[in-house]
Amino acid sequence: MLAFLQDYTIQTVAMGAALLGTISGVLGCFAVLRRQSLLGDTLSHAALPGICLGFLWAGARELEALLAGAFLTGAAAALLVLLIAARSRLKTDAALGIALSVFFAIGVVLLTRIQAGGGGGQAGLSTFLFGQAAAMLRADLWVMAAVTAVAILIVVLLWKEVKLVTFDPGFATAAGLPVVALEIALTVMIALAIVVGLQLVGVVLMTAMIVAPPVAARQWTRRLETMVLLSAGFGVAAGVTGAMISATARGLSTGPVIVLAISAIVLVSLLIAPGRGLIWTGLAALAERRRLRGRQVLLTLYRLAEEHRDPAYPAEKGTLDAYHRAATGPALARLEAEGLVRSVSHHPEPTPHWELTPEGHARAEDLAGRPERAK
Amino acid sequence: MADDAALHEPDLALHVEDLTVSYHGAPVLWDIDLDIPQGVMAAIVGPNGAGKSTLIKSVLGLVRPIAGHVRLFGLPYRNARRRVGYVPQRSSVDWDFPTTALDVVTMGLYGRLGWFRRPGRREREAAMAALGEVGMQDYADRQISQLSGGQQQRVFIARALVQDADLYFLDEPMAGVDATTERAIVAILRRLRDRGRTVVVVHHDLQTVRSYFDWLVLLNVRIVAQGPVAETYTAANLRQTYGGQIALLEPGDPVPGARPAEPAPTDPRHLETMPRP
Ligand SMILES: Nc1ncnc2c1ncn2[C@@H]1O[C@H](COP(=O)(O)OP(=O)(O)O)[C@@H](O)[C@H]1O
Ligand SMILES: [Mg+2]
Repeated sequence: MLAFLQDYTIQTVAMGAALLGTISGVLGCFAVLRRQSLLGDTLSHAALPGICLGFLWAGARELEALLAGAFLTGAAAALLVLLIAARSRLKTDAALGIALSVFFAIGVVLLTRIQAGGGGGQAGLSTFLFGQAAAMLRADLWVMAAVTAVAILIVVLLWKEVKLVTFDPGFATAAGLPVVALEIALTVMIALAIVVGLQLVGVVLMTAMIVAPPVAARQWTRRLETMVLLSAGFGVAAGVTGAMISATARGLSTGPVIVLAISAIVLVSLLIAPGRGLIWTGLAALAERRRLRGRQVLLTLYRLAEEHRDPAYPAEKGTLDAYHRAATGPALARLEAEGLVRSVSHHPEPTPHWELTPEGHARAEDLAGRPERAK
Repeated sequence: MADDAALHEPDLALHVEDLTVSYHGAPVLWDIDLDIPQGVMAAIVGPNGAGKSTLIKSVLGLVRPIAGHVRLFGLPYRNARRRVGYVPQRSSVDWDFPTTALDVVTMGLYGRLGWFRRPGRREREAAMAALGEVGMQDYADRQISQLSGGQQQRVFIARALVQDADLYFLDEPMAGVDATTERAIVAILRRLRDRGRTVVVVHHDLQTVRSYFDWLVLLNVRIVAQGPVAETYTAANLRQTYGGQIALLEPGDPVPGARPAEPAPTDPRHLETMPRP
């Protein structure tokens, strides 16, 4: 195991994945909160034609040329989106969708042309579709670390500005903040994050690294600070886990495994996060339904008692079921456990009967007197 | 616009001249001339899509007009920014944003804090005081998504109060709030006015215009009428603003039951401008 952790390649991949998880987790929060989840998708798909152009320009698979190309076409796509949104009636999401398809289509056309052309150099180009972690070098780590450090520094220094622009851009503009400049800065940083992640995860799945960590983090917290930290933490955890799993199992490529790991975190968060998780809200809804049903049954017993001028009037269970058009057994059992009703036999009828206890009567009187006040 | 620094109509809280705004194609605001004196509580009233929000946004520099100019206390907006407070339409932000009421109010101070400086104790105290003014001090640490509509609106107003401005713009602060909150908001705005501040409110309820406000601007793409409420609130002006939708009115009527309805599909203005979904 120790030897495994000391493996040079595995170390490199794990550190790269951790850096990618950090930067995409942090920046993804702002993209998701600005309702621009699709931005990461568009930028990463738009990187493909850039990679191909970089290859054609350099004549070989030179990483610097490929990444520069990726960044440039990504930026061009972002500009196109801004232009479409500003100059037409289309909404941003439609503009993002258009840019994504156009740029990705061009990328695929270029890729197939290059591969049809043959030659040894083009061999690894299609690995950018899904990433190829094993190709990562130690030197690449320094680039990733530098980009991540710059992004974090900017977010820390401009924290309140970025927060206000994300929450309420109109108010931010009125308050004199350079909103457009800040939005461009955020977009450029996301494009950089995507470029550094391309080798590892590839253009197709990169968007998951931008969107998934913040979505999971949002489930657990009420503060932006915590959300950003958690999101980065989830990104790192998924990145390192994915790198380790794919290193131990033969034939599993790193990118998809990382994405599966972050998806698992999202799934768990969506289900069990206190307050917001599906299980939690489902249970709360169930408890609320039960509480309501209990109140209704109690009130029915009370009204029957009033009608018969007998506070302990024994009502037949069939009557209650018919009145509520549902089985009232569970509700009666819960009320009995609270000491509000009790089961009695009403000679000569053999069927079960229920009557209010004095506490039940008092509670029902309370509810009936103030029907609008939920207790 | 030869010299922005030179004062132009400095005695008016708001001076708008020849303002025309269009988003794509047909103008949304057409040749607006508008003056609001200092120390009044003014309502901007008009049907949906009349351009009320756009008017406020172009005054605050959020929307770029294609013609005209705006002066606040004689200055262009960027020079008068510190004297202006703003309450956007509540629906303009995502209330599921992970933050607390106190934090939102503190955002009102970000503009003047300057770059790189973090809000500290002084800012938090000012924000707490503003929350107190709107009766929300007990909700300071509440997640904003857990507040009712009326409470969210109060938080937004507190964020403007903390700006300590001389001129306030509020976009439909009374829309979708309960009667208690509406009364509280009116009381807050009156206090501001009584302290000599100017308050400009986009308002949607014709019935309350005369009891709440002392200045009235009737808007429907163009300015239909403006001035003291007593002179401006006439059946003829209202009919002109709402285009026959309140034709039941007799001159001098107290406008029984008149509420601005959605513009009917036959409203000629709507045939030329596509409504935004
Ligand atoms: N961002 C926008 N892009 C395009 N059209 C807009 C935009 N904002 C508002 N509009 C249009 O401008 C007109 C005026 O809108 P608005 O100022 O919001 O009206 P009001 O606030 O009086 O209801 C409407 O027809 C609306 O559809
Ligand atoms: Mg409006």
